Amino acid sequence: MSVSQAIVVDKPPPLARGWPRARIVGYALVGVWILFGLGIVAYLVYAWNPEFFARYAPAYLQGLGTTLSLVSISMVLGAIFSLPVAYGRMSKNWILSGLAYCYVYFFRGTPLLVQTYLVYYGVGSFRPELETVGLWWFFREAFYCGVFAFSLNTAAYQAEILRGAIESVPRGQWEGAASLGLHKLQTLRKVILPQAIIVALRPYGNELILMIKASAIVAIITVYDLMGNAKLAYAKSFDIQAYIWVAIVYLVMVEILRHGVEWIERRITVHLHR
Amino acid sequence: MPAQSIWTLLSWGPDGWSDDIASGVLVTIVLALATLPIGLTIGFFVAFAKQHEEPSLRLAANIYTTVFRGLPELVTLFLFFFGMPLLLQYLVRLFNPNATVDVNSFIAGMIVLSLIFSSYASEVFLSAFRAIPKGQYEGGYAIGLAKWQTMRLIILPQLIRIAFPGLENCWLSLLKDTSLVSVVNLAETLRQSGVAARVTKHAFLFYSVAALIFLALAILSSIATGHILRHLGRRAVR
Repeated sequence: MSVSQAIVVDKPPPLARGWPRARIVGYALVGVWILFGLGIVAYLVYAWNPEFFARYAPAYLQGLGTTLSLVSISMVLGAIFSLPVAYGRMSKNWILSGLAYCYVYFFRGTPLLVQTYLVYYGVGSFRPELETVGLWWFFREAFYCGVFAFSLNTAAYQAEILRGAIESVPRGQWEGAASLGLHKLQTLRKVILPQAIIVALRPYGNELILMIKASAIVAIITVYDLMGNAKLAYAKSFDIQAYIWVAIVYLVMVEILRHGVEWIERRITVHLHR
Repeated sequence: MPAQSIWTLLSWGPDGWSDDIASGVLVTIVLALATLPIGLTIGFFVAFAKQHEEPSLRLAANIYTTVFRGLPELVTLFLFFFGMPLLLQYLVRLFNPNATVDVNSFIAGMIVLSLIFSSYASEVFLSAFRAIPKGQYEGGYAIGLAKWQTMRLIILPQLIRIAFPGLENCWLSLLKDTSLVSVVNLAETLRQSGVAARVTKHAFLFYSVAALIFLALAILSSIATGHILRHLGRRAVR
């Protein structure tokens, strides 16, 4: 009897009937959004131009490929490079931790656009020196420069995510594993990381989304990614639908990723829900 | 012309570029500070709508954050910078067929940055709203305060204190996002450094200067927010 009563949950209060002020405002705002959406659809229909589409759609697809490869390469390189940085951040050696702190502070404190310029135009201005070292081929290509800047940037963010996730696991877990005779690497792999991943998944997903959004920046250093192709299409046609299409593609990509991350998170935290 | 030393390049005056870059820094700071109140206000109202019991309000607010958090900042900026004049021109020409409309890049930057800032700030405000127990509202109503009085006198002071650390992060990313407006020719820090870099061919030097300026602004704002936070904390204890 008492058990069944405990399960009964208070129902939320019934919604106000009629037309309270909040509902009028809410309907008006939703109406504005619907009008806005219809306006964009109407504009795209009105400005429908098969020639524009035939000419730029393949370029957009190619640009999408460039964007995706830029983001995935940078994410992987950043993940690899974030390991020593995170190790440095958690190290007790003050020189190591100070260096890692400065690295993270610099890359999180300055705009990604400035970092990209610094690599592409800044490092690229030392052409003779780079040629003697044999690295000029790398810094000559805008795409590689973008990958370089983005990897360094995301390594700083990912190092912080990793550190936060590992430090979120209570110390007792380390001590318990040590008392069972596991050494440090085993503890990390078998005890700490499985718990840390749950904490880190959402920030990692957010970082991936931020990277996709930020990758539009490389269009400014003449990489023809999705945004770069939109810029080119706009410069040639002066047709604003160039940017509208690209906005739709980015929005769809980000939404798919966001829901994907939420789905994975629900799956791996099943054991935590009642 | 002999090669100029970097100290001449960085000096103040006709030979150096410090004065030009300083004027850019001023534009950056003014842009960020002008965006802040607008973004905070919109962000607060969006968060308010998101935790309202009326579903249509929640829907409208959720669409807002989905759109402006999902679009890359650069795409939003270009859409507004190139699209808004077209739209305004279309509207104005209904009345005056010969009018032309130009959008100032400062204004366009301000609008776009407030849209982006407010959609991030609304998430911070929303979690702050959720951290305030319902009893606070009920207590307010019980002593006879009207709804908006409860909001202003009881909820808002607590809300600001809870949301402050999150808003600090939003402010730091706003500061960084101002650099994007350089792309539409606003003469702010990065733009001015870029001009200096192109004219003098010392790209690494001047972009490093720009990076250090942004770093200094970030450090200055964390010192300032630290002071504000200590002040808020003291009031909370008392």
